[in-house]
Amino acid sequence: MQPYAGSVTTTSATTGSAGDFDDITSSESSLRRFLHGLPGVDQVGAEARAAGLGTRSIKTTAKNFAIDLAIRMVDLTTLEGQDTPGKVRALASKAMRPDPADATCPRAAAVCVYPDMVATAKQTLGSSGVKVAAVATAFPSGRAALDIKLADTRDAVEAGADEIDMVIDRGAFLSGRYLQVFDEIVAVREACATPDGGSAHLKVIFETGELQTYDNVRRASWLAMMAGAHFIKTSTGKVQPAATLPVTLIMLEAVRDFRDQTGQMIGVKPAGGIRSSKDAIKYLVMVNEIAGPDWLDPDWFRFGASTLLNDLLMQRTKMTTGRYSGPDYFTLD
Amino acid sequence: MARLDVKKTYKLYIGGAFPRSESGRTSVVNDAQGNLLANAAKASRKDARDAVIAARKAFGGWSSATAYNRGQVLYRIAEVLEGRRDQFVAELRATEGITAAKATTYVDAAIDRIVWYAGWADKITQVVSTANPVAGPFFNLSSPEPTGVVAVVAPRGPLLGLVSVVAPVIATGNTCVVIASEAHPLTAITLGEVMATSDLPGGVVNMLTGSVAEIAPWLASHMDVNGIDLTGVADPELAAALETASADNLKRVRRAPEVAVDWLATPGIDRLTDWLETKTVWHPIGV
Repeated sequence: MQPYAGSVTTTSATTGSAGDFDDITSSESSLRRFLHGLPGVDQVGAEARAAGLGTRSIKTTAKNFAIDLAIRMVDLTTLEGQDTPGKVRALASKAMRPDPADATCPRAAAVCVYPDMVATAKQTLGSSGVKVAAVATAFPSGRAALDIKLADTRDAVEAGADEIDMVIDRGAFLSGRYLQVFDEIVAVREACATPDGGSAHLKVIFETGELQTYDNVRRASWLAMMAGAHFIKTSTGKVQPAATLPVTLIMLEAVRDFRDQTGQMIGVKPAGGIRSSKDAIKYLVMVNEIAGPDWLDPDWFRFGASTLLNDLLMQRTKMTTGRYSGPDYFTLD
Repeated sequence: MARLDVKKTYKLYIGGAFPRSESGRTSVVNDAQGNLLANAAKASRKDARDAVIAARKAFGGWSSATAYNRGQVLYRIAEVLEGRRDQFVAELRATEGITAAKATTYVDAAIDRIVWYAGWADKITQVVSTANPVAGPFFNLSSPEPTGVVAVVAPRGPLLGLVSVVAPVIATGNTCVVIASEAHPLTAITLGEVMATSDLPGGVVNMLTGSVAEIAPWLASHMDVNGIDLTGVADPELAAALETASADNLKRVRRAPEVAVDWLATPGIDRLTDWLETKTVWHPIGV
């Protein structure tokens, strides 16, 4: 069983404090009071801490472990208007067998595509264990009526998506209509239900590059976690800046604090702009130091990336063969 | 009033920039009398790796620039070098302890060598391409294309040898990672400064200073390096090891010379043709 299929629910949780969300989310004003009552983020401190953790030296066996773990955490992503079934099939094959020359190379966590490509991806992946994630809810802007977003979600779930990456309505969030954002997440979460009684896992994208402040990132994190997100995700990859170390640090603190309070574990997914193995390892160090080793697992931490995988594979090849590899030896995506 | 010396820190030349070695190491360079002249960066394998990435990135643009344009850029390097003639003469005298006349001879020869290769840039194709007679209704045309990223171990000697091995590599559209002569890191980096201000796109030439025995094996085994010039490898055992390591991805290898090269003599075109691959196209003759 995948642990993160577990009991992440919002208001019906058995723990005492989780039940408190009912009070918090019962009205716009109480929700605002709660979110604005969260302790403010020390911007300088967060950036210094993230930069400091980025200087750790990870070598030899630890590096081997980190690279393999990072490969297992990759959500191999293609979100372009020019995506074709052929490209999605190629990407899915790559996710199942990232390095065809080395059978010991682990597979990626998931393939992340637009909803209309879910069936194609699913067909190629079969029962390989690689998940299909679909971006939904009028990705990437999130600017559509709720019923359209829900239809988008149901569509993807029906096509067989194991995971739904939704975007929040940043316009509503920034203008302070928190309850609207909350209700939307709850509604999309319900739309993730599958006919067999299960549910596709919900990742909530904040687009932190548009949230302006770290305080807002912390508020959005709590909002999404209370609304029942399985994962909180930094960005769509369509807006700069995308994922950064300090933003991810704040989200990792949020999931850590949330587990301390409620006992529920939420995953984190930085996406966009993570291109090198070195960057990926910095993130893993931060996961270990901030959230804890429990999160060092593809079920609880993911990288949304496309070019990162090739760099990880080149580094992996360097570690196994002892010589530098080149991009000629890996597929172009 | 006495003026304080402005001491120069010699760094590496990678991707058009002058970074310190990733390893933070430096080595002391003395003048001919054994007095401290400067500190030079001592490159590590990771600097070599970064240099290959920079060279690979620059290859697309440089190889697709017109041969005429590459010739112009090379000529521009000669122009800028001419403007810095006195600096190079002074540097050569300080490091080698040679006379002004001798230093001037070498610097002039180096400038002339670049002009010589600049002229070849748009002529080598005519010389080595052919229309081949074939027994069939086809045009059969062979033309040269650059090999790719070439690692160059520069020969001993301050400037002329270095220029003589680097200019032909870039004249034909390749990009290169150069390991400068261990004994003469300073002129190599000063030459890098000349290149950085000569319209040569960043990354086409990357200069590393440091130990050849330490860095060269990483370049020889690097799967993204397409050729290696062993002109400056003096140790036959190291040369053999580098040739073996180069076989992994079938690199072009120019072997270390068996007899000492007279760099003042006019070179042939073999340094140009060494870094060219021949592409042959069969084209049906129309009805």
